[in-house]
Amino acid sequence: MSFAISETPIDPQSLKNSMENGSSGACVTFEGWTRNQNEGKTVRLLEYSAYKPLAEKEGARILQEALDRFEIEKAVCVHRVGTLEIGDIAVWVGASSAHRGPAFEACRYIIDETKTRVPIWKKEHYQNGDSGWINAEASADSGRIIS
Amino acid sequence: MTYRLEYFALLKEQRGLGSETVATEARTPAQLYSFLKAEHGFRLEQDSLKVAVNEEFADWETELRDGDLIVFIPPVAGG
Repeated sequence: MSFAISETPIDPQSLKNSMENGSSGACVTFEGWTRNQNEGKTVRLLEYSAYKPLAEKEGARILQEALDRFEIEKAVCVHRVGTLEIGDIAVWVGASSAHRGPAFEACRYIIDETKTRVPIWKKEHYQNGDSGWINAEASADSGRIIS
Repeated sequence: MTYRLEYFALLKEQRGLGSETVATEARTPAQLYSFLKAEHGFRLEQDSLKVAVNEEFADWETELRDGDLIVFIPPVAGG
């Protein structure tokens, strides 16, 4: 079981190889890719940052929860930080199990929980020159005091 | 009391730096954020944030100790 924040590009093949395990009959993997569109705007670059010590702790807790809830044998998640171009892998999740059901469920659980709980932030840089921190700008604007 | 602060994402941009040491009368993360928000005009409200003390999630009313490391966590967006 391992959760990591990576400053270097994610290598899906080597991660997949790390899942290999003679007793597993299924390995479900998920790759989150950076997209060139968001809410009608053309995205040029993305910038991810993390509070690494806490991100790795919370990520490890999520993987442990997946191991406790689903009959899986191995769970791995790696999230990229730094500047990413369109089509890069931002996050990779793998779950292996004897049969496919638990691996699918665990993979879904890990990515869903990672997106909502782990202290990782994404800033999109748009073609038109604007940029914004996803999920945070709207909260900030709703709290703005107009004087 | 003196606290160490690290800033990330939107808060880091609004503060214009990644870390600092702050001396204040604040005794809880809630009091500390209120102080910093007034000081620096942070636009995020406390209820859209989480807080970590010494690299672990903490309650807003936790009693802080001198030298604690505090991180206010803006809305996350992994994936």
